[in-house]
Amino acid sequence: MKRRTLLQSIVAMQLGGSAARLWAAPSTRTRLLLVFLRGGYDAANLLVPTSSQFYYDARPNIAVARPGSDLVSALPLNSDWGLHPALRESIFPLYSAGQAAFVPFAGTHDLSRSHFETQDSVELGQPLEGSRNYRSGFLNRLAATLGSGAAMSFTDQLPLVLQGDLQVPNMALRSLAKPSLDARQSRIISTMYRDTDLDATVNQGFVVRDDVLRELNTEMTAASRNAISTKGFELEAHRIATLMKGKYNIGFVDVGGWDTHVGQGGASGYLAGRLDELGRGLATFAREMQGAWRDTVTVVVSEFGRTLRENGNRGTDHGHGTVYWVLGGAIRGGQVLGEQLAVTSASLFQNRDYPVLNEYRAVLGGLFARMYGLNALQIEHVFSGASARDIGLL
Amino acid sequence: MKRYSSGRLAFTWLCLLAGLLTGCAAPSVKPDTPMLTLQTSDAAGVLNRVTWGASPALLAQVDQVGVARYLEQQLHPVAAPLPATVQAQIAGMTIAQRSLEDLHLDMERQRKEADGKANEEEKKSARQAYQQELNRLAREAASRSVWRALYSPNQLQEQLIWFWMNHFNVYQGKHNLRAMVGDFEERAIRPHALGKFRDLLTATAQHPAMLRYLDNDQNALHHINENYARELLELHTLGVNAGYSQRDVQELARVLTGVGVNLGTGTPRLRPELQARYVRHGLFEFNPTRHDEGDKQLLGQTVRAAGLAELSEVLDRLSRHSATAHFISSKLALYFVSDSPSPVLVERMAQTFLQSDGDIAATLRSMFSSTEFADSLGHKFKDPMHYVVSAVRLAYDDQPITNVAPMLNWLSRLGEPLYGHQTPDGYPMLRTAWDSPAQMMTRFEVAKVIGSGSAGLFNADGTAAQRPASFRQANPKYFETLQKGLSAQTQEALKQARAAPEWATFLLSSPDMMHR
Repeated sequence: MKRRTLLQSIVAMQLGGSAARLWAAPSTRTRLLLVFLRGGYDAANLLVPTSSQFYYDARPNIAVARPGSDLVSALPLNSDWGLHPALRESIFPLYSAGQAAFVPFAGTHDLSRSHFETQDSVELGQPLEGSRNYRSGFLNRLAATLGSGAAMSFTDQLPLVLQGDLQVPNMALRSLAKPSLDARQSRIISTMYRDTDLDATVNQGFVVRDDVLRELNTEMTAASRNAISTKGFELEAHRIATLMKGKYNIGFVDVGGWDTHVGQGGASGYLAGRLDELGRGLATFAREMQGAWRDTVTVVVSEFGRTLRENGNRGTDHGHGTVYWVLGGAIRGGQVLGEQLAVTSASLFQNRDYPVLNEYRAVLGGLFARMYGLNALQIEHVFSGASARDIGLL
Repeated sequence: MKRYSSGRLAFTWLCLLAGLLTGCAAPSVKPDTPMLTLQTSDAAGVLNRVTWGASPALLAQVDQVGVARYLEQQLHPVAAPLPATVQAQIAGMTIAQRSLEDLHLDMERQRKEADGKANEEEKKSARQAYQQELNRLAREAASRSVWRALYSPNQLQEQLIWFWMNHFNVYQGKHNLRAMVGDFEERAIRPHALGKFRDLLTATAQHPAMLRYLDNDQNALHHINENYARELLELHTLGVNAGYSQRDVQELARVLTGVGVNLGTGTPRLRPELQARYVRHGLFEFNPTRHDEGDKQLLGQTVRAAGLAELSEVLDRLSRHSATAHFISSKLALYFVSDSPSPVLVERMAQTFLQSDGDIAATLRSMFSSTEFADSLGHKFKDPMHYVVSAVRLAYDDQPITNVAPMLNWLSRLGEPLYGHQTPDGYPMLRTAWDSPAQMMTRFEVAKVIGSGSAGLFNADGTAAQRPASFRQANPKYFETLQKGLSAQTQEALKQARAAPEWATFLLSSPDMMHR
């Protein structure tokens, strides 16, 4: 791995100047979409450790084959890693174009291996030791620190990551209906909430409802003209792009269904289907952002990885380290970044799963610092006590 | 309303009055139990908290019997009929007429027939028919649940059933669970909702819906699957960070090997020495061949190899564990008191839980009699289920609606459909999970649909509205009284209403209606 690290730093020196200029753009132009894969997706079958014989021994039924000429083999990323073939048409082209990167051995040091505990822990983004503020998510603190632009959660409920001091709106985009309350009725309902603790929430709800429908009205007309027929996450991603090209510069969306304890499949099957839908959605997002894609960074995270060995049911159980994806029009993609280890039985954490070498607060802190030109004090506000580390994503 | 308890006479009188609709049963309070003492005289406040929503008829009933006695009855429910039209709807359901075992055999036959069709078109449509039947069965279960929440006289029991269904969450979208959720609710949860926690836990641990949902039907010797074991500790009993380790999870998974389901009619071939350990009732099966017969070490104690009896021993230990008492008590307090119940209250409840051998009614009783409960009335933000059911109960009171489909739809739009939570943690209890801007917008939309009478709650499925259903006229006197208790701003808004439907829309959109 040494050779690669050296190469990276040479590239970094050559590109450092221009990248810095680009990302010093006003923070409102810079856009961030955080995608949370809830359920702990099986990262080892997304970013396949193709140079590891141990991986193939540990997964006799569900491994993804080393790169080959057929359609069911891993897509070659570098000498150590391959990509799941379900992403052939979506993410692989982005990687090849330098617009996608992966960070293996990423995650939190939280060791509960509980979905819920670990998701909360990651969303809070606070140190594990000491008392935590359970109403303050890191994306909310980032938005507050930037102090400009607008954050938005594209979900039915406001997730923990966006809860906090700053009032942030939410609206799921899967299905949209025209509101039946007219302006006068909306106003009267608002007045009932004056001086209550829901005042800001209700007001913002009405404003955002109108905003979103106005924006998407155009989009929907355009879509029907071009006869775009998408559904599922792809449709959501399309709509998210429409909104993030406009007013909203920090976005959040979550995707569920990754808890594959049983029969997860390999190159095809259940997990392949989930990855395919996710990949197509993200590729749609990239495309629909158009020119703004150059100012956009998309980060895909999950609460933890899964056991490296398959279990007795051709699935995998809760693990530890995972793989983050970073996509964007002007990132230093086409690389697998961060600290890495050869995948062997000896390098497993607790003889079970990937260790965490790239702690998420350090990695995201480093990324945000580059994206927004934040100083140490500002990063401290977002990820207190973390030592932000620039792993060369930008 | 200062009457905290009332005599037998008043109760009988009320029965005569209300009996036609709701049925009345003598309270089954043990004679040696002193009457529950409430630290409040706010009957409407108590009702809004311990039922699915106060309504004119219920308030009148409680006015007679006294809120403390009402609560005692609620803690010890006896069978009570639903309104006849509602009862007829439930009696007509497939899930009410057939046992899960029968139903399941039919469904499996249908599935295999579909898969076996040679013609691709026929196969496709047969598979669709199978899926539609599964959907229909799950919908029956959800409908039955909502009917009961709306009209069962045993309101507290119905709330507890929702609470435990959420605590022992299963997701209908997995495998064929849509055929099982009704039975899970009916046979695993309902009988124990106010009973002993240990019985409840055991019933869930032996129900095919749970075993399939958390993959324990796949858990066998040399094929360990620790999914259920982990959630059993983390979500069902001790709670996360209760001091158990990954090793404990693995050991519990060993205890759980062989605890599964048998979806067919046959029985597995067993070695003669194992036959005595084989257990089957309904679809539940313990298969000793799949069981790890070594000793296990759980939470610092040895579990001696004993087949299914190991699970019984472990569930005993877990349900009597102090961490479980505290975890369950604090979750009940989250649901019934506030988002941040005091450690004092939780401790008091946990002690009752431990001393009563996990008696759920006794634990609730110690909570209801606290000042913290009394002080919290009216301040708990409603989750979607509470919002939707209480709105319909308030609107139409004892005129039973005839169609719950719109309500199921609203619950989905508001993010809390029955059996629709994918992960085993169940829906969140905290206000922050539900009070987002988008949620409020959707609630206002629902308010308008109910308020304007266009919801279709009185339609037969699939037919046009049979009658408009604006509710103010139904009981003007009650609503005049109600209006006086509302905040000044809500009253001001109501005055601006141009017509009854708008008045109702504003009322159902008000901050007052968002809290219980």
